[in-house]
Order: sequence, then structure tokens, then C-alpha cells
Amino acid sequence: MTGTFVGMPAFPKAAHDAVRNKTLRGNLRHATHTIRDKRARAVTELEDWARLREAGKQIKDHTLHHLDRYLVQLEDAVTAAGGTVHWAADADEANRIVTYLVKATGETEVVKVKSMATQEIGLNEALEAEGIHAYETDLAELIVQLGKDRPSHILVPAIHRNRGEIRDIFKREMGEWGRPAPDGLTDTPAELAEAARLHLREKFLRAKVGISGANFMVAETGTLVVVESEGNGRMCLTLPETLISVVGIEKIVPTWRDLEVFLQTLPRSSTAERMNPYTSMWTGTTDEDGPQTFHLVLIDNGRTDTLADEVGRQALRCIRCSACLNVCPVYERAGGHAYGSVYPGPIGAILSPQLRGTESEIDASLPYASSLCGACYEVCPVAIDIPEVLVHLRERVVEGGPVTRQGAKVVLKPAKGHAAERAAMRAARWAFSHPGALRTGQRLASRTRRLHPRSLPGPGQAWSASREMPAVPAEPFRDWWQRTRGGKDAK
Amino acid sequence: MSSRDLILGRVRRALADVPKDDTPPVPERPGRDPQYEQAVDRTYLREHGDRTTEQTVDLLAENLADYRAIVHRTDNGGLPGVIARLLAERGSRTVLVPSGLPPEWLAEAADATRVPDSAASTPHELDEIDSVVTGCAVAIAETGTIVLDGGPDQGRRRITLVPDHHICVVRVPGQVVSSVPQALDRLDPARPLTWISGPSATSDIELDRVEGVHGPRTLEVVLVAGD
Ligand code: SF4
Repeated sequence: MTGTFVGMPAFPKAAHDAVRNKTLRGNLRHATHTIRDKRARAVTELEDWARLREAGKQIKDHTLHHLDRYLVQLEDAVTAAGGTVHWAADADEANRIVTYLVKATGETEVVKVKSMATQEIGLNEALEAEGIHAYETDLAELIVQLGKDRPSHILVPAIHRNRGEIRDIFKREMGEWGRPAPDGLTDTPAELAEAARLHLREKFLRAKVGISGANFMVAETGTLVVVESEGNGRMCLTLPETLISVVGIEKIVPTWRDLEVFLQTLPRSSTAERMNPYTSMWTGTTDEDGPQTFHLVLIDNGRTDTLADEVGRQALRCIRCSACLNVCPVYERAGGHAYGSVYPGPIGAILSPQLRGTESEIDASLPYASSLCGACYEVCPVAIDIPEVLVHLRERVVEGGPVTRQGAKVVLKPAKGHAAERAAMRAARWAFSHPGALRTGQRLASRTRRLHPRSLPGPGQAWSASREMPAVPAEPFRDWWQRTRGGKDAK
Repeated sequence: MSSRDLILGRVRRALADVPKDDTPPVPERPGRDPQYEQAVDRTYLREHGDRTTEQTVDLLAENLADYRAIVHRTDNGGLPGVIARLLAERGSRTVLVPSGLPPEWLAEAADATRVPDSAASTPHELDEIDSVVTGCAVAIAETGTIVLDGGPDQGRRRITLVPDHHICVVRVPGQVVSSVPQALDRLDPARPLTWISGPSATSDIELDRVEGVHGPRTLEVVLVAGD
């Protein structure tokens, strides 16, 4: 049911279309500004925020530097607690394993709690092809799934839909898949949520197999953690007889105690709450409570290739909070779909080209989907230097060089003359010099930093519709571009 | 080669640049490993602010209410009356009871039929039940969170999920901590844990917060003084 990303146009084309879509832009603007302001307040409440952020970064870096050991330790702990661990080198293998496990239960439907990892591997489509229907149970994912659509934001995936559209989708589609929408359904959020509650409850109560991801896995105890708001996660994690969790290998933290950092930084960065409504933690299986069969599928799917890149590996610290999306002026204008991946926004611009390589047009253009303003780095709760990785990936696209693909070292050719390079250059033009007057605007903004300009002057406005530009970096990106690119060209 | 060995091999090759002396010996318990302790700067705070015990309980009440839990305060003597009143006000005819719930808590709830928490109940049967009463393992003041660990007075995870009305009793100040780090110290990772901060909620439709999607739409927390 869910749309796919295959054949996506490169970023500039997709972004161009999105910029012209008024509903999308209006919704995105409202969403990103609301969340970013709330987040700022939630973060100020903690006077030790900077230290929590640093600790989060160090925990993740340490884990990545010793990932082989922690993976083995996690496997031992999960197995000792009654779970079964499977390893999947790529998306196909992960899908095969999950399909096999579901088939072994004899069931033809599963309930799912939102998981970026399962979206990344296209699990729903793979199951559907084998006659197994996967029901998404997050309200937003339900809207996306029923609307035969794609998510556009990590945290609020249906943010591109307004309430009227959602009502129409529910009325049209719910009956196809189960309990129809109530007669006379209006477009108030409370009524729409109630319709979703009734529609999904029927599925939860009869579900025999649940599929989840996880926000964290604790190596020393084998504990998995799912952080959520609606309670659909709890339904999927406790009512079915069989639970299958599909998790990226980078989601490990070494110790139980490490959760004290992330359970403080994640909710505040993500939904801007002191704490999200529900967090579930489970260690293997518990007699007579919850699923009696638990499978953990650990996926690589490009993560070890990313790990091999000394600059790029920091992207694996990401805890998927989506704070970087909400402050990004490019995301705000272009929307999540333009990134052509389940990972939109600044994190998508550095993660997708590493997980998938930069051979395709869209992936080669993603490192250019940024003005390098640095706002994403400022808000990131694990201090990922996204601009640094973007610049690094741009160099790789333009100049080629050694990379790791599926575990093997290969040397990329410079993209010159290649379709990917043309796409990348188009994106660079789009991001850097469109419209032309942006240059002036940005310089001016930089010179008057202390005045905190609220928007770019002149035609620059058409591009920087964000009325509250993120803090302006000391060096305008245009100057940076000339300095770095200019230097290279001179060689 | 198995995919396990393939992935572990790729990880090791990917980390060829990581200096050897950066690698501590394989620890039995990494939490106790001095080198891991040194790898992370834990100078962040164990709790935020400086409060008396009483103030910490007040903060818990405030933050619970801020996330739309309904907070009641009473003492041991008053508890059965409060629970009876809450069930009656709700019009609950059936109430789920964990096996180890102190019987006196429900002593005055004459009208509600008790349904014991049982492994044999189906989810559909649980869906017919009006309310559930439980204790908790720990409550966190700074975040307005209650944590359930499946103890005898809390029961299986699903009983606090399927019914639409949850009454949770917190003994104050004994079960109250200030912060997330303090809560983790008290909890046993081997038990299934559910952290609850207000009733379930969504902001998925145009960012309007709506309470109650799948979990209990009404969460009442009774703070009981005197333990
Ligand atoms: S990169 Fe940082 S800010 Fe962006 S989603 Fe990941 S953790 Fe959050």
C-alpha cells in the first residue's frame, strides 16, 4: 500500500515541485516552527543540557568504536533472556527472515508500530508480496498507509496532510481494511483520533504477531526500549503471541545506566516533552506476560559501510529525534518527500547517501540539499556535525575516492559528466544560488549577525520563506563555497 | 559464512583506524568496567534543582497534572474511599485487580465486580472491563512519570493498557524519586517496564494534541501519604 521511493527525481526537481505545493508548505512551516519553539523551552529546563549532549555523543562514539564486542554481548544477553537473535546483512535478507518468521506462525496479518528501520528495508511491501498484510498502527502512519502515500517527517509523518484530507482518506479507505469510519465523521482531530482508535482496536485485539523497531538496545542486559506517544506501541509489544523487532546494529548502548542520558535528551529533542507518554522496556520474554516468542533481527544494510568512513560514521550516533528537520530552512521549504528516502531533512542528507551510496541521482544530490547554516548541529542531542559530513560527502561526489560498499573497499570515480554529477550540480545551484540575489542576502545577513535578521531581503525571500532564519554562521556559505571550491579549482 | 560473521567482520574492518589502546578488555559487565567509566564524562546532574521531600512530591503532582493525569491526594485511611468514589463517578461496573493488590484498597468499592488479572483472559475480554486499579514501582517528579514493573500489585502489562480507565496508586514519599537517573537506579531491567507520563496522546493531525488514542484515555493517580 505504501508508495515507494524508487525512481525518485533528484532533490532539486522534487524540491522544486514541493515548494510550489502550498498546503505542504503551510503545514510544514506551522509544524516545524511550533515544535522548534517548544523544544527550545523543554531544553532550557535542564541546566545540564550541554553535558547531557556531550555524554550522549561519547556513549554513542564509544559504542561505535567497539561495536563488534557490544553486538556479541547484546546477542548473548537477549538469548539468555529467552529471545532469538537473527543477523541480516541487507534489506533483502532482513525481509526474508521476517517473512519466514511470520509464516512460521501461520498468520497472514501483523500489527506494526512505527519503525524507521522497517521502512528503510521496505518490509511492508515484501510481506505483502508473500500474502501477509502489515497494518501500521501509529495514527500518522495509518494516515500515510491508507492514503497510499509516503511519510514526510520522522516524528509527524503525515504532516503534509491537513484535517480535511485525513477525514476524506478515512471515509474512503477504512472500510476496505476493516472497521469503516463512523457515519458523519467530521474533521476535528479528536473525532479523527477516535475513528482511528476504533479501527485499530479490532486489529490489536486479534493480532497474533507484532513487529517493532527499537530506540535503544542495552548490551549488558539485552533490554530493548521503545519510546512512543499513542499506546499503539504497547499494544504491539504486549498483546501478540509473537514479537519480531527489526533494529539497526547502531542502536546499541553499552549499559543500563546509559539510558539515563537518552531518556532525558530524546523526548525533549523530539516531541519537546519532559517525557513522552509511554516508554516500554523488555528483556527477552516474561512468563505469562506479553509475547512468549521474541525475535530480534539485527540489520546492517549499509551501516558497516558508513562505519568505515571516519568522518561519516558520526551519522550512526543519530537517535532519530527529528530536531534537525524542524530547524532546517531547506527542509521547511522542500518538505520531506523531496529527500527521496525514509530519512528526510539534514540527517537524511547525510545518512541516505552513506547507507545507499551516491550512485543514483537522488543520493548524489542529497549532500547539496543544505545551505550549511549549521542549525542542525546546534540542536542535535548527540552533536552530529551534519555540515562537516555534508561537505565531506560533496567532495566524495565531485572528486571520487575510496569508499566501502557492502563491506568491500572500492574507489569511486569523480562524478564528472555523470548523471549524478549533473544532478548534484543542479542541486548545488538550487541550494546555493537560487535565486541569484540570495548571495547578497546571505552576505548582508552575515555582516549584520547581531541584528538577527528575521528574513532575507529582496528576492532571497522567495527561497528563505522561513521568517525566522536559524542563527547565521560567521562565514557566509557562499564565501565558504568560493574558498573551498575555489581553492580546489585552482589546483 | 553466516551473516553474523559477515557483519562482525565488516565491523572489525570498518574500525581498522580505531587505535588499539582505545580498546578496553572485554568486560564481564561493561557498566563496572573502569575504562568505559572513563570513556564517558558523566558530570551531568543526578537531579535538577534543590527540593525538600515535600516539594518533590508537589512537583510530581504538578507535572502529572501538566500532562493531563488527574491527581488525587489522600492518606492510608482515606485511600479505599477515594478509589470507591473514583470508580463510582466513572460508573465502572467491572474493575481489573492484580493478584497482589492490597485487598483493603478496594474495600469500599462495593458496586464494582472484581475481575482478577489472569493469563487466561483474552484481549477481547479485557476490552469489556471498565477500569483497572494498580500500584506502581516508582514515580519521577521531574517528568511526571509513573513506572510499572509488573510487580504483584501491578499485574501483567496488558491490564493497564486495554481498559479505558486506569487508577494508579503511588505511595509518597517512599516511591517518589526526583529524576530519570534516580529512577533507573531503582528499577530492575530484567522485569518488563512501562513508563507512563499522562494518558496516551497524539499530535499527528495538524499538531493538535488529542488525549487518548490507544491506551487508557483517563489516568488517575492517587498519591497516598504515610508509608
Ligand atoms: S541527526 Fe541529531 S538532530 Fe537529527 S534526528 Fe538524528 S539525533 Fe536528532
